[in-house]
Amino acid sequence: MRTELSTGKKTALYGLMCVLLIPFVFPTWWMVTSSVKPISDIFAFPPDIIPRAFDFSTYSKVFELQPFARQYWNSGYIAALVTLGTMTFSSMAGYAFARIRFPGANIIFMIVLLGLLIPAEVTIVPLFQMFNRLGMVNTHWPLILVPIFGAPSVFATFVMRQFFIALPVELEEAARVDGLGRFTIYRKIALPLARPALSAVAIFTFLHSWNLYLEPIVFISTPEKFTLPQALTQYTDAYGGAMWNIQLAAATLTALPVLIVFIVAQKQFVEGLAHTGLKG
Amino acid sequence: MTAASTDDAAPHGPGQPSRKRFALSMRQRDAIAGYLFIAPQLIGITLFVLVPLGLVFWYSLHEWNVLANTFTFTGTANYQYLLSDPALPETLMATGIFSAGLVAFNMSLALLLAVLLDQKLRGITVFRTLFFSPVVVSLVAWTIVWGFLLQKNGGINGMLQTVGIEGPNWLRTPTTAMISVIVVQVFKNVGLNMVLFLAALQGVPRELYEAARVDGIPVFKQFRRITLPLISPTMLLTMIITIVGSLQVFAQIAILTQGGPGMSTTVLVYYLYQQAFQFHYFGYGSTLSILLFVIVAGLTFLQWQLRRRFVFYEN
Repeated sequence: MRTELSTGKKTALYGLMCVLLIPFVFPTWWMVTSSVKPISDIFAFPPDIIPRAFDFSTYSKVFELQPFARQYWNSGYIAALVTLGTMTFSSMAGYAFARIRFPGANIIFMIVLLGLLIPAEVTIVPLFQMFNRLGMVNTHWPLILVPIFGAPSVFATFVMRQFFIALPVELEEAARVDGLGRFTIYRKIALPLARPALSAVAIFTFLHSWNLYLEPIVFISTPEKFTLPQALTQYTDAYGGAMWNIQLAAATLTALPVLIVFIVAQKQFVEGLAHTGLKG
Repeated sequence: MTAASTDDAAPHGPGQPSRKRFALSMRQRDAIAGYLFIAPQLIGITLFVLVPLGLVFWYSLHEWNVLANTFTFTGTANYQYLLSDPALPETLMATGIFSAGLVAFNMSLALLLAVLLDQKLRGITVFRTLFFSPVVVSLVAWTIVWGFLLQKNGGINGMLQTVGIEGPNWLRTPTTAMISVIVVQVFKNVGLNMVLFLAALQGVPRELYEAARVDGIPVFKQFRRITLPLISPTMLLTMIITIVGSLQVFAQIAILTQGGPGMSTTVLVYYLYQQAFQFHYFGYGSTLSILLFVIVAGLTFLQWQLRRRFVFYEN
């Protein structure tokens, strides 16, 4: 319904959108600004939208109270491995389901789709038991293996399959007539064309891994092995009360880099997610 | 994009009849390649989804306390306990209120924002970026800052007080606690649905609106009669994703309310976590997992049925 709007209507729309923006933007602003306020100011009345005084010592406390750099590395390398692994195996499976005819393909695809129906929470008890038997509790293996190969990867496979179905097949046919093998065709022809779908898969896989919370608190128990979401909630005093300014500083350190990457690359982010296999 | 449409995915190999031997071996090679391509995922799904699903059902037939190290077959005892569990009605009520509230608020806000962002306005992508930004903010960071804002003496009540309103203790009062966890979750994720709706809105042919305008059909009626039917496939898909997602909410509850006050925000996943990993009742926790699975599967099935009735213009 894109019609030219009168100036009055335009102003009203801008006004409405600015009001609607408040709950989306203000929390991030409040997180960043409160993290640099002196402890005496963070519950000040009336609230300081812009800090009156600055205290950056909270940021050094973040690193003193927990091995935060180590935890940052844990989250980062786990998310990177999960993203790379999912891109590799889901694009292969998605390609095969879209392009290669083999006996039982449909039934196998249905079985794989079952993963969409089974939230990770349903299988957390047996998964814990399995990894416990393998001696992998309190290691990062469950946080790496389950997302790459388990239920979370099914959505990625589905997106890749939808993308390859929509992709014209002629180029690949020509390569096949020339005698190229399937893997070479996938690797050299199909995959380079699948960039938009791959970047969408990369984005939501990374965010999923980066945000994982239930699995880390079930599987991991020593601070050196914590991931960021788990670590953020550990900044508490002796009574279990939150040390707000330190929590907010750690939260800022966690959120800001991803937010900056997003703002720089927002076009790929938003359009990648919107136009990739998700259309009804 | 249903699973039933896999046939249209079938490749068309160059199987010329004059070179039959070559075609045959090509087909065999293809089949082998196909299995190799899907092998990692299929093994993964078997190992991390299918086997655990079978195990969780098996466990649910046992009395299993990890601390006491007991594992005894009790048949349907856990399921009988489930039906008489005094906490279950409250848990299901909290789950239902949370999911219904979240889906209703999320879908309507996503649609409103998408319609606004579909207008011809200068700088509209800046608004789109900002509305979308919470999606990329770490979930726990987002939850922590909202928890901070919602404290009794926190930012929200502070601002209300400047205009003379005494705000409630949001996270310690049953009704406002539930509203809070819903709202925090909606603002975090509504950007995803918003973007999907926006893509669908932009896919509606402009000519339809022009024809309607020529016929003098009011804007609201255009929206109801043209826009909504045409974007209904997207709406259904996002609704399924949103409902299934709402049943998985955990971090927000664990951080903001710990299921409280009382049991007012103890949703099924949180209750499952408590039973299995705080009280170490793995058997009963598994029974609750089966309940969660049945609910998710049932809802998904129901929606595929509704799709036939309410969704138009599918290709």
